Amino acid sequence: MDSVKLQELKKTAAEVRLGIVEEVFNAASGHPGGSLSVADIITYLYFAEMNVDPKNPAWDDRDRFVLSKGHTCPALYAALAEKGFFPKEDLKTFRRIDSYLQGHPDKKHIPGIDMSSGSLGQGISAACGMALAGKIQNKDYRVYTVLGDGESQEGQVWEAAMFAAHYKLDNLCAVLDFNGLQIDGKITEVMNPTPLDEKFKAFGWHVICINGHDFEEIEAAFNEAKTVKGKPTLILAATTKGKGVSYMEDKAGWHGKAPNAEEYAQAVEELNAYKATL
Amino acid sequence: MAEKIATREAYGSALAEFGEKYNIIVFDADLAEATKTIKFKKAHPDRFFDCGIAESNMLGVAAGAAAAGMIPFVSSFAMFAAGRAFEQIRNSIGYPHLNVKIGATHAGITVGEDGATHQCLEDLALMRTIPGMVVLNPADAVEARAAVEAAILHDGPVYMRFGRAAVPVLFDQNNYKFEIGKGITLAEGTDVTIAATGVMVEQALIAKELLANDGISARVINCATIKPIDRDLLTAAAQETGCVVTAEEHSVIGGFGSAVAETLSETCPVPVLRVGTNDVFGRSGKVPPLMEMYGLTAANIVEKAKAAVAMKK
Repeated sequence: MDSVKLQELKKTAAEVRLGIVEEVFNAASGHPGGSLSVADIITYLYFAEMNVDPKNPAWDDRDRFVLSKGHTCPALYAALAEKGFFPKEDLKTFRRIDSYLQGHPDKKHIPGIDMSSGSLGQGISAACGMALAGKIQNKDYRVYTVLGDGESQEGQVWEAAMFAAHYKLDNLCAVLDFNGLQIDGKITEVMNPTPLDEKFKAFGWHVICINGHDFEEIEAAFNEAKTVKGKPTLILAATTKGKGVSYMEDKAGWHGKAPNAEEYAQAVEELNAYKATL
Repeated sequence: MAEKIATREAYGSALAEFGEKYNIIVFDADLAEATKTIKFKKAHPDRFFDCGIAESNMLGVAAGAAAAGMIPFVSSFAMFAAGRAFEQIRNSIGYPHLNVKIGATHAGITVGEDGATHQCLEDLALMRTIPGMVVLNPADAVEARAAVEAAILHDGPVYMRFGRAAVPVLFDQNNYKFEIGKGITLAEGTDVTIAATGVMVEQALIAKELLANDGISARVINCATIKPIDRDLLTAAAQETGCVVTAEEHSVIGGFGSAVAETLSETCPVPVLRVGTNDVFGRSGKVPPLMEMYGLTAANIVEKAKAAVAMKK
């Protein structure tokens, strides 16, 4: 990856993180921790990987994205706004009664949202259906989905994993955001689903393990996924929950809690300071 | 004696037939032989996808395929489609209002010997609570075939309920027209209305004859659409006959009888008595004695009709 592209992606990711903080603070509710952990992956998808058109969100041949861990939509909304699907100003209306920016992704009302999600385990099945439809219709679009690590405790994830491998959905690429924390604590202590790489391999997937905050590793993984034939790819991305906001990092308590005014100011200051170094 | 065909047989035949005319795809969960989607598989193998015994994923996959512009049919037993995958249907299909058609077979007590775990008596109740969901319950093979085509032509999610047991063919395919949301008056009458759905339509027609012997004139309405319910037809019938008996092979809680009672309580409050299973699970057995045991009979409709007429006074 050339240094210009890398700098641009880092700047965009910082904007996405600022958007997340803006959304959750203004709503006084939402899920900042997992949104911040997945921000770099979603930034890469929308600004370097996926073939989408903000002017024509329903374009038939676009690549599809399903946020299976739907509660982290502040990251997705911030990326969509940054990309031009809707005004950035609208992020401040997140979760408000008069806003279209629902608490979880809403396909019917939000430009750029390919699938409603939020009930964990369901998004990956929808992504499988889109990938299968692409195969049936001889379309060459690709389908991307992002899962949470806690989400992998849902049985439906494994039903979908079986389906994707059985129907050889090599146009499907799932990313598992492994930040290691869920609401009740460490995932290995709440209900240990590891080793996830071995489990997905056993289910017939091609598995790539990366640092989910390193754009060069993210790029290499998505490029490798496109070369895999006859099986779906899982990118197991090690991340930090709350990444980019010091007091939220690696704290389960920030899964579903909004910052107060003081905390908000600190988060904005930290992210702006980081942006200034780029 | 009329020819007997299970509505699931008609469903499978209709899928194979309409698969020629429409670009539908079909998913099943290891029950293709029983749901009869096997007929579609044989006719259109490249558009049939077995999902294995994994209904939750199957409904989600169908949602994704619909989101990508396809018209998927999804089949399993009613218990495992409407029951097990209720939340997938609500959140992945209903909420985004995706164009998925759910063909649920083996609904109701007529599952027979498999018993309570497989006899779904709650699916109509579950499905009709989902905003935007169309709920269909055909009475015979002709209506089942027509319902399938109507579902294909309808833009949005549709739940179709089919039975395991062979039932008499009541309608003539040559002059039968199916319209979603419209009930059909099968027989005129002035003293009581019997509003029936699914396999209970046959019992309603028998009940009408039995009531006539006792000098009671019963109107019979077939409601193949549970949602949206035919408000106008039911209201007019309630106004003109003054009391209503509903009949369904389903719990009296939340299903067709509830839908009728809810409607008439708002438009024309008259006595409404419900024939259905009464807050109980089913059990194993042959179909006729099961129908008898759970009161899903013409005789029970007659009894309720007489009680309803008495309540008018």
